[in-house]
Amino acid sequence: MDDVQAMHIANGIINGPVSAIFMVIAVAGLAVCVWRAKIDLDDRLAPMAGLVAAFIFAVQMLNFGVLPGVSGHLLGGTLAVILVGPWVGALCVATVLIVQCLIFSDGGLTALGLNITNMALIGAAAAYVLVALLLRVLPRTTAGLGATALIASVIGVVLASMGFVAEYALGGTTELSLGGIAATLAGVHTLIGIGEGLIAATTVVTVAKVRPDLVYALRAFRKPTYAKAGSAA
Amino acid sequence: MNSLHLSGTSPVHRLSPEAKVVAVLLFTVVVVLTPREEFAAFAGYAVLLAVVAAVARVPAGWLLKRTTIELPFVLLAVLLPFFGHGARVDWLGLSLSVEGLYGAWNIFAKGTLGVLASLLLAATTTARDLIHGLDRLRCPTVITQIMTFMLRYVDVLIDDARRMRIARLSRGYDPRFLWQVKAFAVGVGALFLRSYERGERVYLAMLSRGYAGRLPSPAAGPAAAREWAFSSALPVAAAGIAVAAAVLA
Repeated sequence: MDDVQAMHIANGIINGPVSAIFMVIAVAGLAVCVWRAKIDLDDRLAPMAGLVAAFIFAVQMLNFGVLPGVSGHLLGGTLAVILVGPWVGALCVATVLIVQCLIFSDGGLTALGLNITNMALIGAAAAYVLVALLLRVLPRTTAGLGATALIASVIGVVLASMGFVAEYALGGTTELSLGGIAATLAGVHTLIGIGEGLIAATTVVTVAKVRPDLVYALRAFRKPTYAKAGSAA
Repeated sequence: MNSLHLSGTSPVHRLSPEAKVVAVLLFTVVVVLTPREEFAAFAGYAVLLAVVAAVARVPAGWLLKRTTIELPFVLLAVLLPFFGHGARVDWLGLSLSVEGLYGAWNIFAKGTLGVLASLLLAATTTARDLIHGLDRLRCPTVITQIMTFMLRYVDVLIDDARRMRIARLSRGYDPRFLWQVKAFAVGVGALFLRSYERGERVYLAMLSRGYAGRLPSPAAGPAAAREWAFSSALPVAAAGIAVAAAVLA
């Protein structure tokens, strides 16, 4: 795909010191995720994490036009959180970003901290909080899970894009008005979020119908005996 | 998967991946930290990258075609001179903001140099070698593990998607333009499950053959001091140019 429209922050958009601060934040955040993920990562979650990362990677390559001249791709945070949990989920998204930066030159190397903070940490954290809340409120059916995925995607994606606005306010190298950027990004990312939400919802609903044992977000509602039966199968 | 790797046997290809990753990272840091007014320094960086490309035998056309990935940011840069504040200059009858011009140059120069450096890294290093490099740089196993599976499963996913599409076509499905989206949306969950079950079998096969979270290292050991010295030439030269530019200015 030669006409890829990168949506990752490139080098030089945000100044050096702010990039460095967010690199530290990203490394610290990922360190926490690595520590917690080791508890979660069992024989079932390890291949699932790899597949979720591959899936996010593949759908990130599908750029869809949101507005004339503007295309966006999916962030995948909500999908990852529902399927593999917040810690492994954030690591999946971060892994996709690292691979895209190193192997596909999408997103600047010094901006990697910014991109990971926005898409992996903010995206996954927002999705996790929303999913945890919505699953309590909405009916515990596959439709409820689908609605959760849709709503959490839209809000999570917009919040992640606001991460860029905050970084730009702190260390933008150019003089564009903040309000304009925030409004444009929020608008574009609402549309991206709806596209993302639809894909996340259809995927999660299918998986929940056929293999509910694979959906991390449903573990809290599972009876303990079920887990034993699942691992024996 | 259209990875950016260009196979070859140049000295740059043969360098240890960890040495290359560190060199590119340091080079990018130097570029980003350079003040935007130091035009000569940026020209120097471009020459350095041209030398690396020549040594690695990466064609210039190949590189230039792939720098289009930064186009959205260049578009942002093009807007800046028109909407920037402060002093203005007239050029071809257009009133341009001086601050905006500097801002545009800053994004364009640093973005392009960064993309070129990463492209050179990607062109000379296979994905598998990169993972080994990250592993040797003490990247947590959880991350390299996810990365290994991810790169392995991307092909599984793409192949499964292709099989499902052929299956639809052979049953008389006739997708045109936007209506393909519907089949994609309906099929995406099924694609995920099919790929997961295929991936799970691969994983269990790996486990039963002694996989313990890390792929066996290739024959070559960790980077030798000589390789670190060779790959450090790029960031050291860049830092030299930056210091020279700062002193001369």
